[in-house]
Amino acid sequence: MDPCRWPLHTAPDLSRVVQAFANIPHSRLLGLRLDEIRHGSAAMSVPYDERLIGNPNTRVLHSGVVTALLDTLCGLVVMSAVPDGTPLATLDLRIDYLRPAAPDETICAWAECYKVTNSIAFARGSAFHRTRDDAIAHCTGTFMLGGAGFTTDPSKAPAGPGAAGGIAETGGQPC
Amino acid sequence: MLESIAELRATGNLAAINALVPYAQVVGFELQRDDQGLLTVLRFREHNIGNFVVRTIHGGVVGALLEHAAVMLLMVETDVAVVPRIVNVSIDYLRPCRTTDTFARGQIIRQGRTVANVRVTAWQEDPGRLVAAAHAHFLLT
Repeated sequence: MDPCRWPLHTAPDLSRVVQAFANIPHSRLLGLRLDEIRHGSAAMSVPYDERLIGNPNTRVLHSGVVTALLDTLCGLVVMSAVPDGTPLATLDLRIDYLRPAAPDETICAWAECYKVTNSIAFARGSAFHRTRDDAIAHCTGTFMLGGAGFTTDPSKAPAGPGAAGGIAETGGQPC
Repeated sequence: MLESIAELRATGNLAAINALVPYAQVVGFELQRDDQGLLTVLRFREHNIGNFVVRTIHGGVVGALLEHAAVMLLMVETDVAVVPRIVNVSIDYLRPCRTTDTFARGQIIRQGRTVANVRVTAWQEDPGRLVAAAHAHFLLT
């Protein structure tokens, strides 16, 4: 499915999206890896890490790790599918945990941005160990475009740290 | 493990219950009790930043706070013998989450034998200005 319906020259430079991902402090804390990215879809993974255990009985990673993985991934696929530098903010994220993740195994994820309108983008994805047809979790996310939020283009963001007051308070988490 | 949850609940030692979850220590979750019940706190830490340009907390951590608040509420307020397992969650992001502490409080909407439905809200300085809200289902067996 190709959500790209604008002139090709406005498609984002994926190297900037990759760079933006590399600079996210929380992604580094969790050890998120961006394995593949195209315009409108991407793959990401997080290696097993005992520090991130959520259930001491089962040694399964905390659901928040999967939430952060899918939130980051859905944000990136939207960023890769909208015109270069468009700011975006997460409006909502719905996750179904289909089965427990296995301890000691890397969690992979894949997502696509399947619809872009003037102000909203829709993404969906899943988390799994080895194959996408044996999913651990499914997710759908909705993102607000424009206004304030995360952007790969510094000239379109509020100026520098401490300028967070420039974010429009119309809702959403600048992802 | 099954005994220890019941024992910890009996002692009312919130820090010990929270400490059962390694991830909670890493990201910076704490449990408190006030006149309205259990309060889950996400301490601000630099490594929880998601947007490094405008410096806001990562949406994934905010989601995790809401999920953790719900799990801890079930562990403290009900007689579950195991750590509740999440079935699904729907998170609404209402405002940007700034570089300060974030608070979350849950409410058990319905608790059956197998499944519980919990709603959670989160705020920062002003409890009247929510930064996020969620509803989630948990397996209790």
